[in-house]
Amino acid sequence: MLLSIFIDVVKVIVVFAGFMIMIAYTTWFERRMVAFIQSRLGPNRVGPAGLLQPIADAFKLLFKEPFLPEKSNKVLFSLAPMIAFIPPILAVAVVPIGDTITIAGRKVELLISDLNIGILYVFALGSIGVYGLVLAGWSSNSKYSLLGGLRSSAQMISYEIGLGLSVVGLLMIAQTFSIAEIVRQQSGSVLNWYFFKQPVAFFLFFICAMAESNRLPFDLPEAESELVAGYHTEYPGMRFALFFLGEYAHMITVSMVTASLFFGGWSGPFLPPIVWFLIKVVAFLFIYVWVRGTLPRFRYDQLMRFGWLVIFPLTLVNILVTGLVMVL
Amino acid sequence: MANVIFYILAVIALTSALMVVTRKNAVTSAVYLIVTMCAIAGLFVQLGAVFIAALQIIIYAGAIMVLFLFVIMLLNLRKDEFGFDTRVFQRLFAGLLGIVLLVQLIMVVSRLPVVAGQPVDTEMGRVAPLATKFFTQYLYPFEIISVLLLAAIIGAVVIAKKKMGK
Repeated sequence: MLLSIFIDVVKVIVVFAGFMIMIAYTTWFERRMVAFIQSRLGPNRVGPAGLLQPIADAFKLLFKEPFLPEKSNKVLFSLAPMIAFIPPILAVAVVPIGDTITIAGRKVELLISDLNIGILYVFALGSIGVYGLVLAGWSSNSKYSLLGGLRSSAQMISYEIGLGLSVVGLLMIAQTFSIAEIVRQQSGSVLNWYFFKQPVAFFLFFICAMAESNRLPFDLPEAESELVAGYHTEYPGMRFALFFLGEYAHMITVSMVTASLFFGGWSGPFLPPIVWFLIKVVAFLFIYVWVRGTLPRFRYDQLMRFGWLVIFPLTLVNILVTGLVMVL
Repeated sequence: MANVIFYILAVIALTSALMVVTRKNAVTSAVYLIVTMCAIAGLFVQLGAVFIAALQIIIYAGAIMVLFLFVIMLLNLRKDEFGFDTRVFQRLFAGLLGIVLLVQLIMVVSRLPVVAGQPVDTEMGRVAPLATKFFTQYLYPFEIISVLLLAAIIGAVVIAKKKMGK
């Protein structure tokens, strides 16, 4: 009993620490990559190749004055960054980083909790996370923030449906919600990857997930060129950083879930499972950055039309076709 | 342990439900309603109904409340514009309806076959048993509800179209 609690605590600490480091270095990764895409160098002064830049940034943000705008709703204003930051981190609990291993005769699963509703748990946290943006927009008591918050709630409702429905086909084949089980079903051969059985679902899922994490081309809630900075216009210092880091945490979570659902998660030959897992996650993070460096932002009406008239029908067709194939 | 968690969740759910109806600010009310939903989801988890808990959060705490907040923010209701309803008739009527609802609840709960302390069927809250019930025993009610929801959607679209036409 005590030992299993100890193992759980160790797992939580390792995953949490690893995830925090990943968030910090994703900021560096993105800035460098976008710089290369735009023929610049990016941050390369602090430490070798700029590797200490995230730490320098953290110190700078921590020492800034955390003031509250006078006419804001103080409680919600302070609460909003936390709501934006915590859910994406919690979502990592159901993503496996390796197969069950045996240490000294004890079976240890390499994930924090193998919930039988796995993927729904991730969606549930995603739908809570949006309140961070919405409440930040409202509590700031500024028109730019309010518009950003409004946009993010509309975007969330539109793309959450696509996100949920896009994986239904996959779940019908897998017959389970557990991400650990879905990954296990894909191990053995590349051809077992659900990407090859559900290619349309993968693209729909990744697009919707990108919209949910408010990344370009879906970053209308913050749209610098029109809304100053949208929902976080009024936020200084570390509170602003929490939104920023929450977005990166969301990116990493989405990359992890995508890699696990469609690309076999930790499974792969020769290298240890954790290495394969990280390779796949970084590949998706790169796609995120690549898309950001390439595509312009959607216009608001284009975003809505795309969500409701393209993504939504396609997810339904995907479910129908999957069902037909399974029955025949 | 389980009892302690139950009481904590119950207190959170009830307190924030009270806050929903007593706060003057519409957004604060909505936020408390989200807290209530989440606490109720926690109660579902305690019953072993993890699937229903997830749906409770995704649909009620997630989608529906985002929509509520969206509308409240769009109307930009502030404290001074949105006070308590002062019409006596409406208050009396609301109180009456509340009492009717309370009596109904007491009647339903008192007729439940569940005895306190008796273990619940934790299998029922899982996906497969729930889906089996839906698509066998409760197929007709299930389909009729879906038609009802479709009618509501069409109604909403018709109302929206009429406004846009003018």
